[in-house]
Amino acid sequence: MSIVAEIALESFVLLRLGERRFALRARNIVELIAPSRVFRFPNHTTQLEGVILRRGRIIPVCDVSERLVGTKMSVRRFYLITTRLFGTQKEAIALPVSGDCELITAELTPRSESDSAHVAGWLSQGGDVIEILNLEALTPGPNAVRSSAATLQNAEVRA
Amino acid sequence: MRPGPVSKARAPRAEQIILFRIGGQLFAISSASVQEVRSVDSLTGTTQEIPQSTVRKVRHTIRRGDTTHYVVNGTIHFGVQAAAASLIFFLRHTPTALLVDGIEKMTSMTYLQALPQAFCHEEREWYRGLTALDQTVVPVVRPEGFLSVEELTLLDRTLQAELEKEQQDSARTVDSE
Repeated sequence: MSIVAEIALESFVLLRLGERRFALRARNIVELIAPSRVFRFPNHTTQLEGVILRRGRIIPVCDVSERLVGTKMSVRRFYLITTRLFGTQKEAIALPVSGDCELITAELTPRSESDSAHVAGWLSQGGDVIEILNLEALTPGPNAVRSSAATLQNAEVRA
Repeated sequence: MRPGPVSKARAPRAEQIILFRIGGQLFAISSASVQEVRSVDSLTGTTQEIPQSTVRKVRHTIRRGDTTHYVVNGTIHFGVQAAAASLIFFLRHTPTALLVDGIEKMTSMTYLQALPQAFCHEEREWYRGLTALDQTVVPVVRPEGFLSVEELTLLDRTLQAELEKEQQDSARTVDSE
């Protein structure tokens, strides 16, 4: 009798914030762009720095590094443009990153109940265990505190 | 042979806007939303103070015809650096008169992007959306966003109370005479 092990592999983009690496699902990544001018205007959403203008579209900038590693990105700021779900609608959001990004394929380990809300799962890469980020919990929006459980419904690991 | 249909490139619909500053910040408003622009100096003597205003950004009213306009301090509303206002916009369809630093220019916009949903606080009431002009992003204000229904109700009640107090005072004066 043979045992067939089927493992669901997914593509992720690794990004570096300070000394730590994090992952985002590659299917949500739009592009990585060079430093751009940030436009600021009065608002009460303190987690947002402002907006950038990219190919005629206005994209909000959210620096998640302070929340994840305790310090803001100040040098070598590139922007990783990714999509975030607002209900059923997808919108682009720009995350300041160091520019040191990498595309990998890895096996996702689902999050557990004890994980922080911003953790959508885990992956192992080069001896490190890396958090897969749940942007719906990490970035502001009407559903910012929504449980990330729903986002994991498509992640299947079968053995 | 029939001539083919004449193809017309549809020109994007343009909207006339006024670019203005409050506390040094650039904003845009549809020209159609502004009934009149007046110099603050020209209003001397026509404003009435609200001594017990319950809405911090409104300290005065201006009576124009049958309508009382609440004068909104834009710097307090947006939480920007205080600046001396030189102009006042009387807005249409709302009893709001807005103090502004000055007008930058009048222009037109052909594109208005909805405010990204990541902006999830009061600014959703303040702005119709964002537009890009000359490689700059400018928020386009919503005229009705300067005073909420609750704020208008509070101000109306305050004015009503002031009026009743005045009437009682004058009645007392007549009685004593």
